[in-house]
Amino acid sequence: MLLVLLAIGLIYGAYDRPELFAQYIIIGVANGALIALIALGYTLVYGIVELINFAHGEVFMMGAYFALTVVATTGVTTEKGWLILAAAAILALLGSMVFSSAINWGIDRVAYRRLRHAPRLAPLICAIGFSFILQQMAVYWKGGNPLSPPALIPSEYRAYNILQEWFGLETRIRIRPLDLAVVLITIPLLILLQWFIQRTRTGKAMRATAQDRDAAALMGIDVNRAISIAFIVGGALAGAAGMIAVYYINSARPGMGFRYGLYAFTAAVVGGIGNLNGAVIGGFIIGIAWSLSDGFLKTYPGGHFSWWGAQWTPALIFGLLVVTMVFRPSGILGETTAEKV
Amino acid sequence: MTLLQLHDVHAYYGNIHALKGITIDVDQGEIVTLIGSNGAGKTTTLRTISGLMHPRSGAILLNGARIDATQPHDVTRLGIVQSPEGRRVFSRMTVLENLEMGAFVHGKADPNDLNRVFDLFPRLKERESQKAGTLSGGEQQMLAMGRALMGKPQILLLDEPSMGLSPILVEGIFSIIQEINAQGTTVLLVEQNALMALTVANRGYVLQTGEIVLSDTAENLRKDESVRKAYLGE
Repeated sequence: MLLVLLAIGLIYGAYDRPELFAQYIIIGVANGALIALIALGYTLVYGIVELINFAHGEVFMMGAYFALTVVATTGVTTEKGWLILAAAAILALLGSMVFSSAINWGIDRVAYRRLRHAPRLAPLICAIGFSFILQQMAVYWKGGNPLSPPALIPSEYRAYNILQEWFGLETRIRIRPLDLAVVLITIPLLILLQWFIQRTRTGKAMRATAQDRDAAALMGIDVNRAISIAFIVGGALAGAAGMIAVYYINSARPGMGFRYGLYAFTAAVVGGIGNLNGAVIGGFIIGIAWSLSDGFLKTYPGGHFSWWGAQWTPALIFGLLVVTMVFRPSGILGETTAEKV
Repeated sequence: MTLLQLHDVHAYYGNIHALKGITIDVDQGEIVTLIGSNGAGKTTTLRTISGLMHPRSGAILLNGARIDATQPHDVTRLGIVQSPEGRRVFSRMTVLENLEMGAFVHGKADPNDLNRVFDLFPRLKERESQKAGTLSGGEQQMLAMGRALMGKPQILLLDEPSMGLSPILVEGIFSIIQEINAQGTTVLLVEQNALMALTVANRGYVLQTGEIVLSDTAENLRKDESVRKAYLGE
């Protein structure tokens, strides 16, 4: 009921304040890209071992911390040329991808793999344990306070509007270089992932393992290796998301993986857990819902939603999760597979 | 020449003693069948050979080398390929992708093997780009066998290839098993349809609650009083 009201409110709001609406959609898309990257890690791992890797949000957080460390170590400042800044950004991106995938692979190797034939609850609880371990490691590593990353974008470009400066549009809608960068990093990663899973021999082996582990082993596929690769790929995407997040929200703290992790988990479930495209769609849905809820809803004309604000966002997003579970438990793209005997 | 040997193999599911000292020999070029009722340990025997489970004691040898501690993907690599019970095709992959997975150990699918499979099962050629989950039961069985052949097996393990198929399809599947054998692949066949199995096989073993109670040529088993009573429904 509330959701229907919200939907009507949104449509009316979009009609009433189109520029503001578009602005929040743009922020939502950038946020959604980030969530999609994390959600893919949940869905990849769930698809192959049917485990919700609750430590995944923290793997993302570690990626953010590592990216920040890499940039600080290179010592670049915004006075340097574009090329050097871009090189530092790429280095940090690749570094955090490697770092996060190593952590994710390591967790599976030392813990989950030993629990492969244990009851499902055992690895799940173990995952929650790792989530706390990683958070505390981050506190030990960098302290518990929020950190700001060393600047990579010169301050005059922070509020730079691409639509105005590049296209000469007279509009209040603003697309910042940062918004563009998020999408420009995410899209190639998504395409690369699709290609890897759908076309390569290793990707096909992973899909086969996800569908039937014993049958895959009988085809000569090293099942443990396929599972490790899922953890590595998922970790790499989380690391990339970490690097992007630390610059997009301009801060990092040990608890950041908790919120992003739960939102991304919700995105994966809403899209249909185990389904890669579903995770991406779910990511954008959650990202856009997040941004609209944080800023746009309270502008709903007539003041009916003036009490709405960012404090209600988690309620809205987990409300979406509950609605999905009730009305479409397999998610938007999830399929209920009929097995033939 | 003995290709595959099981010597006094004991295997357990938890505390349940499923295989109680199985000894089997399969010679190069033969079709050997394991018959027995439900729960006799036929599937367990094949799973143990393939390395999906490991024997607690006893030995499994391929060409004289022990393989009882080998991981399943390495067993396949050594040339023992299984088409499992219930087909277990990759239902969300196309027919062609399933066949490619069968050739996984060889890198790319060999076009000659692909043609051979399509010659044996023309229906698979017609449905090449269809998802395996949309195939009929009989077509899925063809795919499971074709997929196993793509691995260029020295010895092909077939678990209940006739399960759930109509009598006409069963005849077809068994004549194809003979054809595969004639092309040079050794076959170890597990069947509940004892009559058909003993018709195509050279030799047979009768399994009862985890033990071999009888072994002879297929012809003698077909004539055996107790086999006729228990498994041929006479």
